[in-house]
Amino acid sequence: MAMKRREFLRDTAVAAGAFTLGFVIPGKVRAGAGEGAVSSAPFTPNAFIRITPDNQVTIILAKSEMGQSVYTSLPLIVAEELDADWQAIRVEQSKVDPAYNWPAFQMMITGGSTSVRTSWEALRQAGATARAMLLAAAAAAWGAPAARLVTADATITDPETGRSATFGEMAAAAAQQAVPADVTLKSPDRFRLVGKDQKRLDSELKVTGRATFGLDVAAPGLHYAVVARSPVFGGVLQSFDASRAEAMPGVVKVKQVPTGVAVIADSTWRAIKARDALDLTWDEQGNGGVDTDQMLQHYRELAGQPGFAVQEQGDFEAVAAQADQVIDATYEVPFLAHACMEPLNCTVHDRGASGGEGAEVRVGTQMQTADRAMAAGILGYEPEAVDLHTQFLGGGFGRRAAAWSDYVAEAAHVAKGEPWPVKTTWTREDDTRGGQYRPMTLHRSRLALDAGGRPLAWHNRVVGQSIDGFKMLGMEPENFDNAMIEGLKTQPYTVPLVNLEAHMTTSAVTTLWWRSVGHTHTAFMKETLFDEAAHAAGVDPMDYRLGLLEAHPRFVALLKKVREMSGWGRELPAGTGLGVAIEESFGSIVAEVAQVRVKGQKISVEKVWCAADVGFAVNPLGLREQMESGIIFGLSAALYGEITLKKGRVEQGNFNNYRVVRIDDAPAIEVEIIDSGAAMGGAGEPGTPPIFPAVGNAIFAASGKRLRSLPFRLS
Amino acid sequence: MPLNLTVNGQQHTVDVEPDTPLLWVLRDTLGLTGTKFGCGIAQCGACTVHVEGKTVRSCRTPVSAVGNRAVTTIEGLSADGLTHVQKAWIEEDVVQCGYCQSGQVMAAAALLAANPKPSDADIDKAMRRNICRCGVYQRIRKAVHRAAELAAADSTAGGA
Ligand code: FES
Ligand code: FES
Repeated sequence: MAMKRREFLRDTAVAAGAFTLGFVIPGKVRAGAGEGAVSSAPFTPNAFIRITPDNQVTIILAKSEMGQSVYTSLPLIVAEELDADWQAIRVEQSKVDPAYNWPAFQMMITGGSTSVRTSWEALRQAGATARAMLLAAAAAAWGAPAARLVTADATITDPETGRSATFGEMAAAAAQQAVPADVTLKSPDRFRLVGKDQKRLDSELKVTGRATFGLDVAAPGLHYAVVARSPVFGGVLQSFDASRAEAMPGVVKVKQVPTGVAVIADSTWRAIKARDALDLTWDEQGNGGVDTDQMLQHYRELAGQPGFAVQEQGDFEAVAAQADQVIDATYEVPFLAHACMEPLNCTVHDRGASGGEGAEVRVGTQMQTADRAMAAGILGYEPEAVDLHTQFLGGGFGRRAAAWSDYVAEAAHVAKGEPWPVKTTWTREDDTRGGQYRPMTLHRSRLALDAGGRPLAWHNRVVGQSIDGFKMLGMEPENFDNAMIEGLKTQPYTVPLVNLEAHMTTSAVTTLWWRSVGHTHTAFMKETLFDEAAHAAGVDPMDYRLGLLEAHPRFVALLKKVREMSGWGRELPAGTGLGVAIEESFGSIVAEVAQVRVKGQKISVEKVWCAADVGFAVNPLGLREQMESGIIFGLSAALYGEITLKKGRVEQGNFNNYRVVRIDDAPAIEVEIIDSGAAMGGAGEPGTPPIFPAVGNAIFAASGKRLRSLPFRLS
Repeated sequence: MPLNLTVNGQQHTVDVEPDTPLLWVLRDTLGLTGTKFGCGIAQCGACTVHVEGKTVRSCRTPVSAVGNRAVTTIEGLSADGLTHVQKAWIEEDVVQCGYCQSGQVMAAAALLAANPKPSDADIDKAMRRNICRCGVYQRIRKAVHRAAELAAADSTAGGA
């Protein structure tokens, strides 16, 4: 079916003998991989393969590698259908081109845990079509029926004659073959690579220090910049005196940019030192009083007032009046910074400023198309005149899909009109205080239970800011933002009546998607609330959930799996408890059990068991790793993460006061995968949401203390 | 002020302020970008290098304090091929984004040089100075044990 809507192109722009396939949906058609090949046509190609006569198979990666392993899992899919030699695959990062757009937004984006599931079909077809053309070429050359030929490890063999040729030897002839109208994909039982544990292809680069992250970009004449930004959100520069800074060693230039004052020097350190010597006066635009304690107080007041009705299934108050008991609980989560290991940075060379053409941008980004357009607009070029090179990302977690391309835009302003490339680096403090946070959010939930403890009606009122990134994508929320209620409309528990209300607030603090987005708080609220309900009903929390999931066999299977893995119900030492949680997010369902020990005020997470159902795991090893990573990422926020503001200033700055989990407080994690065969879901984010409530519920089991705000504190 | 520095066995003369952190001399002056900037305040370990075989956070080490002691960075960790630590890291599929990993590898190499058979507790104690935002900690633990095994097997095979 899919093939009928699409067609393959042969790329004439590559060197003779190289065989390149661009996989496209028709529209105005063009070759995709060639130098300077750019089109404005609205089509949606998915992948490229390049096979050279030396039998090098290169797979072009159109997604950003930020730890989630697309550098391995996407080429794996192509290699499977192509029957390439997996050990000899080369991966090349794509350029910015409509050919690589994510259809949903007509731009290149790596996010939403979508890379594998949205590329799967197209990458398989790309591989299978290339293989079919190689076979056709060999069949013609040997006078043998193509159906008789077999492929493995980038080699074609005729079992009857014993003749064989490498893909490279057949590359030139394959490029002359007609593109088949239809290809047969492998049946899953014939997969040799997919569905089996595959180690990463980028390990050696990364253990030898040879991987080039954005911050490692080198270029002749490279200059280094840091920017002094407003100490409060939304502040504007009133005046500045750079005379002391300009006199410091190595300082090349001090200039005003929209976000503040940039110091450009011959090394990062000299730029940082000179920035300290700037004299700056800011107009705080009335934001010098922003205070998260006061904001939270305001949220609590709003929680007592009716909000916008997002979903209304009936008269909650009437049901509650008849209920046996009503749980009324408020859950609160703070602003969170992403704190990617690699601080934000971007290198820009305005080549046009010194007689060249256009510009070059080298950056770790999750959003190439938008970033390039932004840089081009600032520099005064067409987007196509800006070469954007995606580097390895030292973490993304959503921060590098930045609202209004903040760090790329700023770097473009810094480098605009300069004859040399400039690398603008954010220090850790700049990065922590730079905003684009997970929004501070409050949920007030009421759950009415019958005499048996089963839910009759649920009323949830959420208070919080919307996510700026949605506005950038043109999804201007009016009364609520989907992230505020993420997952709640489709929550799986049997509840006859669910009403959802929202108060969407505003503040000067900027907000963004943070690994698993709204699920970071909706799952915390829901899974803590239903744990409270289980205890109110006097039922074991695992059994209570199972009893409300009759219509959801995938959830049931996962809960039973973690029940078994964790030895749920076993005797535990005093002060130790188990907590369970389950959440569907990004098309996947993940259940987790945490074992927590509470001693005085100290919370130790000793072990986590995780069962994940993503439909089908393309690379089970990579999936287990993403679960481990998502759990530790969430745990950092559950135990420590909190951005607070006083007098408009962010109080945290670095890892000393924005703490994260270290190896000595990292639990052992066991992950099991259930391949249910359901539609494929994501991997990068779904491991994160359940860990917040699983730990909170375990704290309750261990200590009898119900903690309803994050980070968890027993004081 | 020109300063002499020995990095990965090579002599360099660098013209920087004496209080410049070794990190920025390595990265911006010598172009050795394998050593990473993560925090700048000795909190994360991304900048870990060896000075005379001992781990040092280069972001908080003024270049003038190094003197003529030998500095080893990730680029100079092995003269030929991969070290046991690097091999074990690949075997155990430790890395994710990889940004912290130069520092992790340098820290693990120093740990194993001092303690060829570390316990989990030894590993946690030595490696707690290195943050990984991707959270690959349990794989690091496993890989340190694996590197210890590889080293032991090698020294046995070598008749040591
Ligand atoms: S950069 Fe030196 S310890 Fe973080
Ligand atoms: S691998 Fe990403 S920070 Fe460690």
